[in-house]
Amino acid sequence: MSTLADTPAQPIAFTRNAREALADAQLRRNFRGAMDSLMDKRRNQFPDGDELERLRAFGNRVRARALSKLPDLLERLEANLARNGVQVHWAETVEEANAIVHGIAERHAAKKVIKGKSMVSEEMEMNHYLGARGVDCLESDMGEFIVQLREEKPSHIIMPAIHLNAGQVARLFHDKLDVDYTEDVDRLIQIGRETLRRNFFEADIGVSGVNFAIAETGTLLLVENEGNGRMSTTVPPVHIAVTGIEKVVENLRDVIPLLSLLTRSATGQPITTYVNMISGPRKADELDGPQEVHLVLLDNGRSQAFADGELRQTLNCIRCGACMNHCPVYTRIGGHAYGTVYPGPIGKIVTPHMLGLETTRDLPTASSMCGACGEVCPVKIPIPSLLRRLREEAVRAPAAEPQHMRGQGAKHSKKETLVWKAWRTLNTSPGLYRVAMYAGTRLRGLMPADIGPWTRYRSAPKPAARSLHELAREHLGAQ
Amino acid sequence: MSPLSPAPANATRVAPPLEAARRYPPKPADVYLFGTCVIDVFFPGAGMDAIHLLEREGIRVHFPQAQSCCGQPAYTSGYTDEAREVARAQLALFAGDWPVVIPSGSCAGMFRHHYFELFKDEPQTLKQVESLSARTFELAEFLLEVCKVRFEHTGAPVKLALHTSCSARREMNTHLHGRALLAQLAGVERVEHDHESECCGFGGSFSVRMPDISGAMVQDKTAALKGSGAAEVVSADCGCLLNINGCFEKQGDALRGEHLASFLLRRTASAGTGGAR
Repeated sequence: MSTLADTPAQPIAFTRNAREALADAQLRRNFRGAMDSLMDKRRNQFPDGDELERLRAFGNRVRARALSKLPDLLERLEANLARNGVQVHWAETVEEANAIVHGIAERHAAKKVIKGKSMVSEEMEMNHYLGARGVDCLESDMGEFIVQLREEKPSHIIMPAIHLNAGQVARLFHDKLDVDYTEDVDRLIQIGRETLRRNFFEADIGVSGVNFAIAETGTLLLVENEGNGRMSTTVPPVHIAVTGIEKVVENLRDVIPLLSLLTRSATGQPITTYVNMISGPRKADELDGPQEVHLVLLDNGRSQAFADGELRQTLNCIRCGACMNHCPVYTRIGGHAYGTVYPGPIGKIVTPHMLGLETTRDLPTASSMCGACGEVCPVKIPIPSLLRRLREEAVRAPAAEPQHMRGQGAKHSKKETLVWKAWRTLNTSPGLYRVAMYAGTRLRGLMPADIGPWTRYRSAPKPAARSLHELAREHLGAQ
Repeated sequence: MSPLSPAPANATRVAPPLEAARRYPPKPADVYLFGTCVIDVFFPGAGMDAIHLLEREGIRVHFPQAQSCCGQPAYTSGYTDEAREVARAQLALFAGDWPVVIPSGSCAGMFRHHYFELFKDEPQTLKQVESLSARTFELAEFLLEVCKVRFEHTGAPVKLALHTSCSARREMNTHLHGRALLAQLAGVERVEHDHESECCGFGGSFSVRMPDISGAMVQDKTAALKGSGAAEVVSADCGCLLNINGCFEKQGDALRGEHLASFLLRRTASAGTGGAR
């Protein structure tokens, strides 16, 4: 698995990755089974379609309102966190974010970091960055722990090891952890927990993500099911939370609908086993908790999306993963084929802002525009519309004003532009269209049997002997 | 809008709007037919069958000969300017008061929902778009909700699977209209197929830009249709049919999908209408 840092300017080899994934029967079975199960679980959580629609509309407005006040809310968040004793750091790039985290580690002479699940830390490739500087990071979420052992990246934002089945995990644990081979899932989880347990006590720093950063109270809210998030944020002497700037919400009231939408859409749970609300380090009279709490707020391209009224909707995302669970493309190729931290539909619309359209030029194209993602999105991100917009940005002339995006025009081709201009002329000139239809139908015998990519899986379509225009003219007269 | 709280001024625009409870006009004497480019070239019979079905209900059909494409191929490929000019040409052709009936849910969705985006910066044109959008109906929807048809099945009983295009489903509720029409037919047993609501993999240019993913999707779709035990396959969208039938043919399978209009014309008689003029 190549890392993002290896391939900053080259386009991601998406089509090649996809072809390899499609040929992997085991992978396809694993994903289809897992996605079917996740879709069922979500459906069972929303038996009332009208209630779901009202809740989605509500969630959408809560997110839209938070984003409409984003700069103000971030300042209030910083002030209230500071009042609670949390140190807030701002990072425009992943390099800056990593340097901040490393700086904190250096100050504490930290050698060992235990991590709760955090996609932003994946965005930063924090494990790699700190590892290269002598600080070991250990993932404590079971799925993350498994992919770390395999030296892979997560294949799903909620379920990082969803591409594996129990047998594959059994072999991994047997090989890497020196335990007896067992496919008993309960036993496998027990093995993982035993391995992780002592690390919580040995770690110098705990790292976590954030699901919602609440401006009014200066609170970091974190949901999880395994208890590792609570351990990571309370046992080590220092806790560093990392998150994107878009995760801020105004107040605790706003969290209620979002939390309900998040867990029900993500894993089909009415609520997660743990809901952690972190409002500062250990106080003088308290026995537990970290002595220091830090929050790193990462931009990494989010401001670019924020600046455009339409693209801003990308930042509504609460990272539930429902869009990928329902995506016919993701279901068939899995998460790794995307070559990005965030796979699936949300990955296709968020990653171009992080990496630029040069690298991600093929991602917006990798959709049949079926709309399943937009239909299930709990905060009503119009994902297909945003994919279309990104396609438009990718094929525009690179120098055209205004400049909305990094890498604008990365897919621009004079040849294709000419083809579409010709298409426009054909479809706006009735005489020409009539001649073309006449020629197309009369010469249908000349249609080649092999028309490249289409005929790899289908026979070539054959034009009819006479067009509908002709038949209708005959039947209805010229109109 | 939800009653829970007022939307802020810059609330997220959700496009395209989903079809909520739509109000339908009384049955008209005249309609326009927009044939669509895929039907024009590859399935003209389906277009003619749609015309005959409408005529069977006593409606005069008008087919402006200058019509071409709704603009969707360029629109979804990101060539918005080109799509807009093609859309503009269609707008001018359907300017009268008659309803516009389209035997394709995805093209109907383009007229009904996406032209707003194309002409968002042209207030004058938007008035025409509003009129067109309000008058645009997918064929099955028009027959069911405007003509209020009562169809009777003729011929032998048949086991049938219905595939609905994704944009037709999500933008026009075509799956519900198709099911309701088929449910009128005593001789039709409609069978569900595996992952029925999943995309067939067509997606216009997606099928050639991402051929392997699209191929995997259509192979799963044809397998599901075959596995359903249906003897016939119908769909209200010829883009999907081009894809699905091409895959059946490539696999040497005899099964072919046909347009819902063709099936209805061939296998039903009209028993009059329930709606008042």
